[in-house]
Amino acid sequence: MPEQGSTPLVLVAGTATGEVLRLDEPLSFWGGMETVGGRIIDQRHPQVGEIVTGRVLVMPFGRGSSSGSSVICEAVRAGTAPAAVLMAERDDIIALGAIAADEVYGLLMPVVVLPQEELDGLQDGAVVTVEVDGTVGAPGGAHNPA
Amino acid sequence: MTLRLEERDEARLAGLEGPAQQMASRVVTRLAAAMGADVLIDITGAHIDSCLYHGQAVLDFANRLADDGARVVVPTTLNVSSLDLLHPEHARGDPEEARLSRRLMERFEEMGCRPTWTCAPYQLEVRPGFGEQIAWAESNAIVFANSVLGARTNRYGDFADICCAVTGRAPAAGLHLDEHRRATLVIRLVGVSADLVERDVFYPVLGGLIGRLVGKAVPVIDGLEPGVSEDRLKALGAASASTGSVGMFHMVGSTPEAPTLEAALAGNEPVEEVTVTAADLRDARDRLSTTTDGDLRTVSLGTPHYSVAEIGRLVDLLGDRRIDDGVAFFVSTGRDVLHEVELRGWADRLADAGVTVVTDTCTYFTPIIQDVTGTAMTDSAKWAYYAPGNLGLEVVFGSTEDCVESAMVGRVVRDEGIWADA
Repeated sequence: MPEQGSTPLVLVAGTATGEVLRLDEPLSFWGGMETVGGRIIDQRHPQVGEIVTGRVLVMPFGRGSSSGSSVICEAVRAGTAPAAVLMAERDDIIALGAIAADEVYGLLMPVVVLPQEELDGLQDGAVVTVEVDGTVGAPGGAHNPA
Repeated sequence: MTLRLEERDEARLAGLEGPAQQMASRVVTRLAAAMGADVLIDITGAHIDSCLYHGQAVLDFANRLADDGARVVVPTTLNVSSLDLLHPEHARGDPEEARLSRRLMERFEEMGCRPTWTCAPYQLEVRPGFGEQIAWAESNAIVFANSVLGARTNRYGDFADICCAVTGRAPAAGLHLDEHRRATLVIRLVGVSADLVERDVFYPVLGGLIGRLVGKAVPVIDGLEPGVSEDRLKALGAASASTGSVGMFHMVGSTPEAPTLEAALAGNEPVEEVTVTAADLRDARDRLSTTTDGDLRTVSLGTPHYSVAEIGRLVDLLGDRRIDDGVAFFVSTGRDVLHEVELRGWADRLADAGVTVVTDTCTYFTPIIQDVTGTAMTDSAKWAYYAPGNLGLEVVFGSTEDCVESAMVGRVVRDEGIWADA
């Protein structure tokens, strides 16, 4: 269900800075990205071939197999994961991958649910910072959407 | 909503029961918070999919728990792995990856999980009862547990499954709760022949269609004769959990929470009503194939693992015939089912017909099939959905009868007549 309200809902807390990569469709990490190069490999995905590594990934919601959790954890371990994932709906598969990476490797990939209008304000390619409280803004402290 | 923990959860989080309980509790509570659960509930069983090796991360996670002495506190079964331990001669994969896979499997056995190595734990002698709260992974097992057994599980996966098993706790969210189990969408058949509904192949095709239609919603299928068999419900559920993310469905008169349509809807009006026609089913069947003919090299049945009854049907279909020499014919099943099959004397009949039995794993992700250049045939919507991407082969979906007849002559033959309008 879409989350109501205007405050960020932090699924996994952390800080991250990176260029926004807006996905036109949800991505299933299992079968959808490879963890050696961080590339989208789902041939049916409109952004197949894009590299997610270090990007602040913006997508409406997650999809696909629960094995996506281990793909995310593996990508965080390998250093090929997104810097952060921002969505309009909760997704426990993505959250769990980030939680496991924190538990085993002490590496944090923030996962935050934001209102759709706030996600809509994030321009593809803009550099943004995700704060521990889930706010997203320009690097350097301004907590306004880029 | 804030998560309210009990004292025993707080004690584990504080490390009073050791580092393994602490880590597992932390994962369960963090997951609960991410899911928006307000409490944790006790579970009575678990089924683990984390034992399937796909990368260093899952092994590192299992090592952390096992090294710290983690033990499961509820009866816990293990899903398929990447290896067929009973038939190691089938393996064609990388030996180093096989070593890591075996190590991962051992770590879960050390934690007290039963080495059942099957994706169909509901075919084991002991299985969850109606209303039991459990934490199961493996999409086809999840949808079977919720829909057919009336047990209650969310769609658990890697990391969560073992942490629930070690703590005996799960987030009170999703399909654990009444309000998320009722159907919101009604599916009815129009113009589908009674003959097709009487055939096994109807059910995986309908399931594949439903998965695409409903995504992760809970549908109820109305209008079929009551008492549809478990094997047919299993095929429907597995298909819907492959093409979509279905965690539960109802079928009026056949699944335990749907004695009537009203019961499945819990008295509410459906959000949507969908009709399915014979043309929709033909389209759904066609979507399960990547080609229509070609040089048949492989047949693979048993995804999910075949039951004793399904193997019995295969034995009957084979008769005393022998499969064409150019076709490799596999059937995947659990080791417990295989034991029963051997007792009935069917294993010899399968071998005589040229059938290779695979246990503990599945042919759609484990390198067992030798020749992936030709066409493969299957009666499984799940196999048809995943195998082309995983193995790089072309697939034709057909009925079990189609698969057997095609294997006899070495080329694809399908009975098209059964798909006609009523």
